[in-house]
Amino acid sequence: MSKSNFSRRGVLKTGMVASAGLALPQYLSAQESGYTNAPGDSEVILGFNVPQTGPYADEGADELRAYELAVEHLNGGGDGGMLPTFSSQELDGTGILGREVKYVTGDTQTKSDAARASARSMIEKDGAIMITGGSSSGVAVAVQALCQEAGIIFMAGLTHSNDTTGKDRRANGFRHFFNSYMSGAALAPVLEAAYGNSRKAYHLTADYNWGYTTEEAVRTSTEAMGWETVNTVLTPLTQTDFSSYIAPVLNSGADVLVLNHYGGNMVNSLTNAVQFGLRDAQANGQNFEIVVPLYSRLMAKGAGANVKGIFGSTNWHWSLQDAGSQAFVRSFGTKYGFPPSQAAHTCYVQTLLYADAVTRAGSFNPCAVDEALEDFEFDGLGNGPTLYRGEDHQCFKDVLVVKGKENPDNEFDLLEIVEVTPAAQVTYPADHPQFAGGALGSCNPGA
Amino acid sequence: MLGLEKKDFRLLLIVIGLTMFAPFILNPFPEGAEMAQFNAGYPDLMQRFVIFGIFAIGFNILFGLTGYLSFGHAAFLGAGSYGAVWMFKLLSMNVLPAIAISVIIAGLFSLLIGFISLRRSGIYFSILTLAFAQMSFALAYSVLTPITGGETGLQLALDDPRIFGASQTATGNIPVPSLFGLEMRSSFEWEVGAWLFTFNAGYYLAAAFMIFAFYMSIRIFRSPFGMMLRAIKSNQTRMSYTGLNARPYTLAAFVISGMYAGLAGGLMASMDPLAGAERMQWTASGEVVLMTILGGAGTLIGPVLGAGMIKYFENIFSKINETILHSWFAFLPDGLENFVVAMIYPFIGKGWHLTLGIVFMLVVIFLPGGLVQGGQKIAALFRRNKPEDAKPNATEPAE
Repeated sequence: MSKSNFSRRGVLKTGMVASAGLALPQYLSAQESGYTNAPGDSEVILGFNVPQTGPYADEGADELRAYELAVEHLNGGGDGGMLPTFSSQELDGTGILGREVKYVTGDTQTKSDAARASARSMIEKDGAIMITGGSSSGVAVAVQALCQEAGIIFMAGLTHSNDTTGKDRRANGFRHFFNSYMSGAALAPVLEAAYGNSRKAYHLTADYNWGYTTEEAVRTSTEAMGWETVNTVLTPLTQTDFSSYIAPVLNSGADVLVLNHYGGNMVNSLTNAVQFGLRDAQANGQNFEIVVPLYSRLMAKGAGANVKGIFGSTNWHWSLQDAGSQAFVRSFGTKYGFPPSQAAHTCYVQTLLYADAVTRAGSFNPCAVDEALEDFEFDGLGNGPTLYRGEDHQCFKDVLVVKGKENPDNEFDLLEIVEVTPAAQVTYPADHPQFAGGALGSCNPGA
Repeated sequence: MLGLEKKDFRLLLIVIGLTMFAPFILNPFPEGAEMAQFNAGYPDLMQRFVIFGIFAIGFNILFGLTGYLSFGHAAFLGAGSYGAVWMFKLLSMNVLPAIAISVIIAGLFSLLIGFISLRRSGIYFSILTLAFAQMSFALAYSVLTPITGGETGLQLALDDPRIFGASQTATGNIPVPSLFGLEMRSSFEWEVGAWLFTFNAGYYLAAAFMIFAFYMSIRIFRSPFGMMLRAIKSNQTRMSYTGLNARPYTLAAFVISGMYAGLAGGLMASMDPLAGAERMQWTASGEVVLMTILGGAGTLIGPVLGAGMIKYFENIFSKINETILHSWFAFLPDGLENFVVAMIYPFIGKGWHLTLGIVFMLVVIFLPGGLVQGGQKIAALFRRNKPEDAKPNATEPAE
């Protein structure tokens, strides 16, 4: 038999103990420094979260090479890469704020869940102070949100969707890479000059977030100069044979095909389009043309001879002649034996920008880093004068319009730069309709 | 005790002990040591262990008892996650309503899919469930983007219209999921000498749910209902000849295991408020099949062991990169060091799938009963000596 007598004193006592018990963990989880994973005096750990398996594994491998190179340069090894050409001369090769840079790597598998699991283990187990990487917008957006919650800075790698700094922007996340809107704005004038302003376009779009924003951006910019959009068709991301999507294009009355595809999708759809003879076809009394809004060297390599003469845009290309790009290509080439891709470039630059911001702020506190990066203007990192806009944490810089080379000299020399579109031409207000619906919130130092 | 036999109760106690002391058991190596790489006692992975444990326990109720191999169970996990995140967006950041709704949604969804798929058995049933799961994945990935967030997944936003609780914290951030104010991500860290043990609130909530799920699974295994399910597995044709309609039983098992998956999905969303379409992909469905078979299908503890093993590989082995390997073998002469690293590297780091594949093959070939059978064999090895010493001439009864 159990007898329970509740006395007022007993209830009060139990209640106090219980509430103290509940409050204790929160109190104890707060660290003295006031932010998550404050580094010790001798070393600081960065987390490189890239796809090592799955469809973007090639890009991921190149990103990882760039990160390793950046760590080497930050710690004073190698030839220093872009450190001497960077307009901010705070970094001196002694690590970050005198602490040696160490890193941990993880595999995102190009899946949001896996990427978040990997990032969480870096934060919770390895004590990483900053996470960077990602080769797809879905992953970048997911990890960016996680870092915001955990109070860690996220420096986005290759992510091109408008949403990363649009609808899904976060105060702790920063993007150096360009976006769909910029691709559209940079491509439109070049397309007008090359193909005239009375074209009819047919869009094939990868059926996911990045595809939608890219299609919208290209459609808006080309329609503004007088083109007409005949049709837009969504294709499944997992599609490998695009014949059934290409076949109706010729009879649709269109004379330009826009392929809003990336990676393996683009390689396959472009190859199919060329096999169907679209490039030799005539429509409306004009030559039929194909456009690929986002190009990368790795894709051009996959599509081989099919890319010849096809326009697209890219963030950076190794053949640029400025001092920063040349220094980077030189040190990357010396270490790995081939030129870096645009993914490698943006990841390298992001690591340097983070290290520089910490040094200028004099603290690893995410809020201090936030402040140092917002509205930061810099030069010498390969894209000319660049602005990290404070309103949406997006970099504004020149965008390259490229064309598949007719007579490539070697296997890396596949694209030629047609035009460098100045930053002013691709700048948009932070509340532009294609970027609406997001809010940065305020920086979160965690802990 | 609690309606369990002595042996089952002991098993339950073991599971309770393991989950409660997991922060110690999983962190055997001191901080900063070389071997600390193999520590698994950090909140995210511990949460995953128990959440996928729940998922596998539920799957085992269907597969282990009735023998119906569902290749689409991830769809219920995904549906549960979406339900939970929507509750966070619309109702409150408390995890309990979110978990409740995820179980309900997964239950209804599995009722629908089970009602159709269970018209067939064997391989046709597997293919039907696979087709439904891929359909749900495709829908979540693109067509249903307004509800599911598409490729980027469903996330919380700063302007969510939350009925109970604010849509932003005082500092202008998104609030985090909590249990009556106890945040799921808050941890208590205990430093003992060189060791650091982390006790995470979210983990203990998930562990409590897993213990409950495990207890329910024991009760189902030992009930007349469980016996009926086993009968379906051993000979369904015979059952229908005796005039018994098996379908209500299989449907009930299907819905129960779907609700387990929903519970796992809801817990996943509570620990980390995001729901992505990949959770529904066929690879995710295949993973739970692997977990169950690896651990031992039809056994009580097997699926939990299998889930733990796969998650350990995925999170610990995949993070060992070339630099770490080189530091391990730095004591060897240079040429030999490079050779050893080159030999091992394909099997760890990004090659963890390969190692897992080899382990899976070895288990299926040599231990068809999974890790549990391995454990029994080892136990038998030690136990055999004693009775044999006592009664050397005892004969085994023919079974």
